Amino acid sequence: MSARNRELLALVPVAVLVTAGFAAVFIVHNNRADDLSGLSLTYGGYFLGLCLAAHVFLRFRLPYADPYLFPLCALLAAVGLVVLYRIDDKLALNQASVFVLGLVLFCLTIVFLRDYHVLERYRYLIATAGIVLLLGPYITRNETNGAYLSVDLGPITFQPSELAKICIVVFLASYLAEKREMLSVAARRVVGLTIPPLKHFGPLLVVWGAAMLMLVFIRDLGSSLMFFGAFLALLYVATGRFSYVLVGLAIFAIGAYAIGSSISHVHDRFEIWLDPFATGKNVPEGAGQIQQSLFAQADGGLFGTGLGESLLKLPGPFAPHCDQPFPDCGSILPAPHTDFIYAVITMELGLFGACGVVLIYALIAARGFKTAVMAPDGFSKLLAAGLTAIFALQAFVIIGGVTKVIPLTGVTLPFISYGGSSVVANMILLALLLLVSDRARRPRGERVDPVAPDVEGLTT
Amino acid sequence: MNRPIVRIYVLVLVLFTTLIYFTSKWAVFDADELEGKTANRRPLIEEQEVPRGSITTSDGVLIAESRPEGGGAHPIYVRRYPQGSEFGNPVGYSFVSAGRIGIEESENDLLAGEENEFASIIDEIQNQTPEGADVTVTLDAQAQRLSEQLLQNAVASTAGSNGAGSVVAIEPDTGAVRVMASIPGYDPNVAKQPEDLSRLQQQGTESPLFNRPTQATYQPGSTMKIVTAAAALDSGEFTPDSTLSGRTGIEIGGVPLENAGGETFGEIDMDFGLTHSVNTYFAQVGEQLGSETMFEYMNRFGFDQDPELDFPDDQMQPSGVYSEGNLLDDGDAIDIGRVAIGQERLLVTPIQMAEVAAAIANGGELMKPTFLQEAKDPDGRTVEELDPDVQSDVVSSETASQLTEMMTHVTEEGTAAGLTVQGAAFAGKTGTAEVDVEQGINRPWFIGFAPAADPKIAVAVMLETCTGCFGGEVAGPIATQVMEDLLSG
Repeated sequence: MSARNRELLALVPVAVLVTAGFAAVFIVHNNRADDLSGLSLTYGGYFLGLCLAAHVFLRFRLPYADPYLFPLCALLAAVGLVVLYRIDDKLALNQASVFVLGLVLFCLTIVFLRDYHVLERYRYLIATAGIVLLLGPYITRNETNGAYLSVDLGPITFQPSELAKICIVVFLASYLAEKREMLSVAARRVVGLTIPPLKHFGPLLVVWGAAMLMLVFIRDLGSSLMFFGAFLALLYVATGRFSYVLVGLAIFAIGAYAIGSSISHVHDRFEIWLDPFATGKNVPEGAGQIQQSLFAQADGGLFGTGLGESLLKLPGPFAPHCDQPFPDCGSILPAPHTDFIYAVITMELGLFGACGVVLIYALIAARGFKTAVMAPDGFSKLLAAGLTAIFALQAFVIIGGVTKVIPLTGVTLPFISYGGSSVVANMILLALLLLVSDRARRPRGERVDPVAPDVEGLTT
Repeated sequence: MNRPIVRIYVLVLVLFTTLIYFTSKWAVFDADELEGKTANRRPLIEEQEVPRGSITTSDGVLIAESRPEGGGAHPIYVRRYPQGSEFGNPVGYSFVSAGRIGIEESENDLLAGEENEFASIIDEIQNQTPEGADVTVTLDAQAQRLSEQLLQNAVASTAGSNGAGSVVAIEPDTGAVRVMASIPGYDPNVAKQPEDLSRLQQQGTESPLFNRPTQATYQPGSTMKIVTAAAALDSGEFTPDSTLSGRTGIEIGGVPLENAGGETFGEIDMDFGLTHSVNTYFAQVGEQLGSETMFEYMNRFGFDQDPELDFPDDQMQPSGVYSEGNLLDDGDAIDIGRVAIGQERLLVTPIQMAEVAAAIANGGELMKPTFLQEAKDPDGRTVEELDPDVQSDVVSSETASQLTEMMTHVTEEGTAAGLTVQGAAFAGKTGTAEVDVEQGINRPWFIGFAPAADPKIAVAVMLETCTGCFGGEVAGPIATQVMEDLLSG
């Protein structure tokens, strides 16, 4: 069976999941006499139409690309859409609309970056763009829960770190692909540690500095962990030296500790993480969030309460006075559609449902790293590995925050959380992975596209 | 470059496994602990989101209902008890702050609508809102009211009463509990306010929250002779005509035993002994039967275990021979002769003595006592209904009819002479336990059933204390009036 036929077949579970999920939520809500129009059921159909369109597009443009990456991501998006539909049907409508925009950018990326090696030419431009994007919220002074995470652009709120992560990975992949030889070979040994020449290592120190600055300015441990983790992964892939990773982790830990103890927001997050049930005078604000997350998960058990069956919207006398509509206000679990969507999944679909979601991320990571292994050249390998690593780390950082594995920070759960920037950025990330994969899996002797001249010629 | 990629993937898998580990910790392993945290308002809110079913008596009186509060599309439901203190015991209360006791607790699964997963899926498909079932209890509101009134009158008109007493009435052939009255009572609406509830709990000796019919244990006095007689006849070692000396002062367990009022008799048979409640006769019977046989029959009547009633375990006490709060058995050193006449360290609950009467009334077969008449879901479908269930075969029907005849003589010519139910003699047995001999404080009992030929109702009546009073004169009239009321209804 051809790759694309396998892909089409793998989309069947997505269709089943969307159909069953929407039907289940619809039935439960209608029984509660919540106003839910029959029209809202069509959002599911709308989404499946998009999946099919994307599949047809891939059939023509990237016939050899990995057949499972797209269906796996669609599966995550389907889970997200069903859960959002359960939280509030308007969220599902908005999210389905955002998928249209995401799909357009997905297609544009594939069309215009047919030869993704052109990215190497603009790496410093891309790196600058990434840093500017990251600092955007700080520059515009847009603070959310003590951290700088988003930019207000009139009607829409944009989370630039989502796009920045792609820029940073592209830059690092390109830079390390070129300098890897020098970083790993032309090295001196000092006290048993291999130290590369400062000339080559310098830019990497800049990356470390950037991660620390992120912590200072954006005040978000999660995203700096995510960026720095991806950086270390790429450094390790490029040089094969584990000592670099250890040194990197150590200096990150030192920096994080120093900054964590001096910046109160980061410090509070740590305190809450250590003991979310602490009582007394100096309990930091926001401990209630993680408490509610754990309580919600405790309601789930093995199989969950079932879609729509759990307590989310506070009933009459318990509901606070709200200026904003549900779920921004009046939900017992804060931010159920963004940061804490994993807790909603555990609560309603149980441990099994949550394991399923984590398993999908693990499978996507498997396909992504496989693409990296199969990729023909250094830049492709590093690009695929870096994108996959940062994607997996993002899932780990937010799920880990919600389940109290690490301090909670506000990043989105890729493809599941509500939010335009996240969907759009991850669609672009997926497009890049598929581009690398298509080239890697293309049979020998297949004619190389004329618009993509020889790779090596461009980079040197 | 490929090896590091594979290693990174392994690291990612390790990280993801940690996520699964922590998720299972919160969702499964630590779930109970998290649900018990005071900061966790979820159980409290979830419980109030679903309207709880109503509780109605078998004669149609509403005793508990849920009312929406807070208005809007998402109200919460709060319990209200329209009958006030009349059904505080045994119905109990159900409030978020106070918790649940009584029938509210024992029938909680039905009232809260907690069904199995399959049923709830069917409900959803059929457009059902999850709601609790309406429960009809076997209690008869009119007889319950009458019982409480009679108890109140009795404690008001007898000297030395502490104001406490119990009435239990059971249908012998179904086990349906028709009356369970306990005074002093309390208004369950009070439990809505935690401070009011704790005031009730502080009232010391009166203990209105104490459901005396199932929770309080007392010396049964001569009502125990029914158990002894049943054991004697059914074991085949005695007949109603077996004669023994009825002399007062016979040594029992090495200590001389007096008959009530020092009365003394010659050679008497069991029928005479029961009719006139001769202590020495039954103490000798008890000694001759021995501990093993006595305990065997006590067990058959339901002693030594909680009553098999649908009621919270922590609101029931087993009846039996106690030593420092522990139940003794037939291997322990016990003065079985005195156990046989309701003395020694024997302590029983009123419901246990009602079960004794009910077992004889039902031809020797003890039915499991129950409060549940019927439960209907909001659609009117019956979810559960009274399904009479045999608890044990206590004695043969022959023994039961011999005993019924002897008990009828009690009301015709014995210690309860003059009492009638609907103008006819009936089966009864008096009891007067001595609480304080020097001050003359007694504990009057009466158990019985009617009509003798075809028993429809069995009762046990008890007042905690009164001075110089007897079971036949204080407890007996309450029993007959309650039985008459239930038989006419």
